[in-house]
Amino acid sequence: MKNIIAERIYDFLKNFPPFDVLEKEQLFQIASQVKVIYTEKGNSVFKQEENPHHYFYVVKDGAIGLYRTLDNDEILVDICDEGDIFGLRPLIQNDHYLMSAKANEESILYAISVDLLKEIIEVNEKVRKFIIASFSSNIKTPYAKSNNGHLFANVETLETINSHFSEVRTAEFSKNPITCSKHCTIKQAAQEMSLRRVGSMLIVEDNNPIGIITDKDLRLKIATGLISINENVSKIMSSPVITFSKKITIAEAQIAMIKHKITHLCITENGKPTSKLIGILSEHDIVVLHGNNPSVLIKEIKRAKDVTKLEYLKEKTLNLLKGYIDQKIPIVFISKIISEINSAITVKIIELSLAEMDSLPPVKFGWLALGSQGRKEQLLITDQDNALVFEDVKKENYKTTKAYFLKLAKKITYKLHNVGFEYCPADMMASNPKWCLSLNEWKTQFNSWITKPSEDTIMLCTIFFDYNLVYGDKDLVKDMSNSIFKSIHTYEIFLNFLGRNALLNPPPISFFRQFLVEHDGEHKDQFDLKSRALMPLIDAARLITLSHNIKDKNNTISRFKKLMKIEPQNADLYQSCIDSFKILLRYKTEQGLKYNNSGRYIQLNKLNKSEKLKLKGCFKPIKDIQELLNIRYNLSQMM
Amino acid sequence: MLSWFKNKKYPLFWLDYLKKFKNKQPKNIENTRFVVFDTETTGLETSTDRILSIGAVGVFNNIIDVSDNFEVYIRQSNFKAETVEIHGILKEGNLVKLNEDEAIEQFINYIGNNVLVAHHTAFDIEMINTSLKRMNLPKLKNKNIDTGILYKKLDGRKDKHYSLDVLCDEFDIPKHDRHTASGDAFITSILFLKIISKLKQERHVHYSDLFRISHKKNLM
Repeated sequence: MKNIIAERIYDFLKNFPPFDVLEKEQLFQIASQVKVIYTEKGNSVFKQEENPHHYFYVVKDGAIGLYRTLDNDEILVDICDEGDIFGLRPLIQNDHYLMSAKANEESILYAISVDLLKEIIEVNEKVRKFIIASFSSNIKTPYAKSNNGHLFANVETLETINSHFSEVRTAEFSKNPITCSKHCTIKQAAQEMSLRRVGSMLIVEDNNPIGIITDKDLRLKIATGLISINENVSKIMSSPVITFSKKITIAEAQIAMIKHKITHLCITENGKPTSKLIGILSEHDIVVLHGNNPSVLIKEIKRAKDVTKLEYLKEKTLNLLKGYIDQKIPIVFISKIISEINSAITVKIIELSLAEMDSLPPVKFGWLALGSQGRKEQLLITDQDNALVFEDVKKENYKTTKAYFLKLAKKITYKLHNVGFEYCPADMMASNPKWCLSLNEWKTQFNSWITKPSEDTIMLCTIFFDYNLVYGDKDLVKDMSNSIFKSIHTYEIFLNFLGRNALLNPPPISFFRQFLVEHDGEHKDQFDLKSRALMPLIDAARLITLSHNIKDKNNTISRFKKLMKIEPQNADLYQSCIDSFKILLRYKTEQGLKYNNSGRYIQLNKLNKSEKLKLKGCFKPIKDIQELLNIRYNLSQMM
Repeated sequence: MLSWFKNKKYPLFWLDYLKKFKNKQPKNIENTRFVVFDTETTGLETSTDRILSIGAVGVFNNIIDVSDNFEVYIRQSNFKAETVEIHGILKEGNLVKLNEDEAIEQFINYIGNNVLVAHHTAFDIEMINTSLKRMNLPKLKNKNIDTGILYKKLDGRKDKHYSLDVLCDEFDIPKHDRHTASGDAFITSILFLKIISKLKQERHVHYSDLFRISHKKNLM
């Protein structure tokens, strides 16, 4: 019998793997049994930890977000759009869902019975290979040109078994941890710890962990005489403790430790503090398992004695980054860790350089990271952008003071260069006399940029306004920020100029939904991911936060997050900007790692259809936010 | 007693059909099976034009089940060449065609007591009823929903008469296979789910609201 509906579904599915390798009859059989689901924006398809449905899903229209809830934070791991498959792995492996799936916009899904697919896997070798390949992150799929099952928007690989990266393994924790009740005295606890040769002890109440004491507490609070050893342990314990279920992966454990600045995690039966304690996972356990650990790296950086060692550690950081990207660790965490490491390296270099100077700094100063470093969005190291601000001095001392800091800055930039942060080609560095200034000079500088905006100074503003203090005196920088906001406040038209600049970024796609590529130069026919896709979002976030007088946010994602609170009416738009930004930043990093460059220019002919669609999906928020700027700052009149 | 005698002359399939209405029907949207259908005809005159094909698909609990579908083509001697370019069904095509009686019988078996949904239902139901009349059978007994009328229950869309094409554009539904009965039924089923979802966003929707006609809207 004829079945037009099934034919139409067949026509759609046959464009996407693994359906493209199925026999015609096999695919038609699948198509004729599809269930079509319409889901509104915000509706859930399945939830993390839920038992698997009988169906897996293919996105026909719209977009489905995959979220992983980690430690109460819901993190968007991936967005599936047209042709992407999700929710398949748990069905094949008879496991619960590792992520939640939620409609990011209204969507139409095709639900396909897993039994049908299983039958096909039995007989079709190619399909079987594809599916196995897409579940593991580091086996290249024979069908996808990109690495790791990109097409299978299956980032559920977080826990995949056959991976070389130990971070995705479930962490080995110490079972039967040493515990005591909160009424136990500190002395008793310390004796027990010494006897058992452990560095920490958990305080429990009804089998639930309520606190922890470590060697460090004994050193800081007892040995210093602050608290008597006859007091109860509850006096000195850290409470509450951070708990996880035994399913925690090494990568997740590392992230949790960095995030909470702690060295021990409690493992409880269901991961909640109110359930039974079954073990403890310490930083040491992880170090033993795996040397390439960010907190260990940071400690090694702090201990480093020369630039050669730092260069080596920098190299190690790159490996860490590769591993994280392969494992699809949320980009927000990756950038947090990487910028943490980069700033530790910079701090160390400043300390080394200060030690080489003949005298101590004559006055207070601050070392500023600018641009993407300042925004903590620089994952791949390209070049350094920095500046220096020093305290105002008497006129007669100015010359010598400036000379001192220039000399210092030269040493610092030289070492940074040797470690791998190359010199800035535009000389936007603190070693340039133009960017090594006293507080008053900076204030005057910014004020003149703001009140007499030209194309050049606006460009400088976009770089300098994203500064972040890496080393030195906080008050100097605070003073500088206040002055900038004051200048903007008295000369608000400046924001319109900044807005105009934000709209000058070239558009990503043409009227006909084609990617726009560079017309000439070194990157002819390549797509400029930075200026056509990332910059518009970065510029918009900066401009709108400036207009709201928000001082302490200089990272694009946290800027949009803040804006969602201030302008709830635009929360959806800002959320979509965050989502796009994350995808684009990850994409740029992946490209950069793959081709060993900045990842800025993309060769379109190396992308498959699904990657192109994914990129295009990110452009809608760009268009929307630019429209908002256009209206808000009346920009059409200025153009 | 009289009705029993009257029923006696009906064919078995019609008696089965009537029996299905004796069961109590669910009274909420999630537990109701909807049959979304469309007919392709030789023209728009219900008394003289004929059905060329019927397509339908089942909707249950907001899910369109493709395996639950219905598609027949009908042999008609009363054939108009000028509408071929709309529906694309040739008098002597490759399609397997049934007699009108067989097709209607299969359709009646398929729909059972379910709620019928179509875009501008009145026309499609009248076409089926006319066929039934030729078979000496009474009219359809099913409840029905017109997506055209349902649409007007949305805020600010009271006054106009909207074609399926216009609504597809508004609701961003790709217009594949327009003017094939199954294709239109499939499109209408997506439209149906989207309108209900929109209605739910605007207000609390009760099952019975789906059947009321739009000028009573202010009573809702």
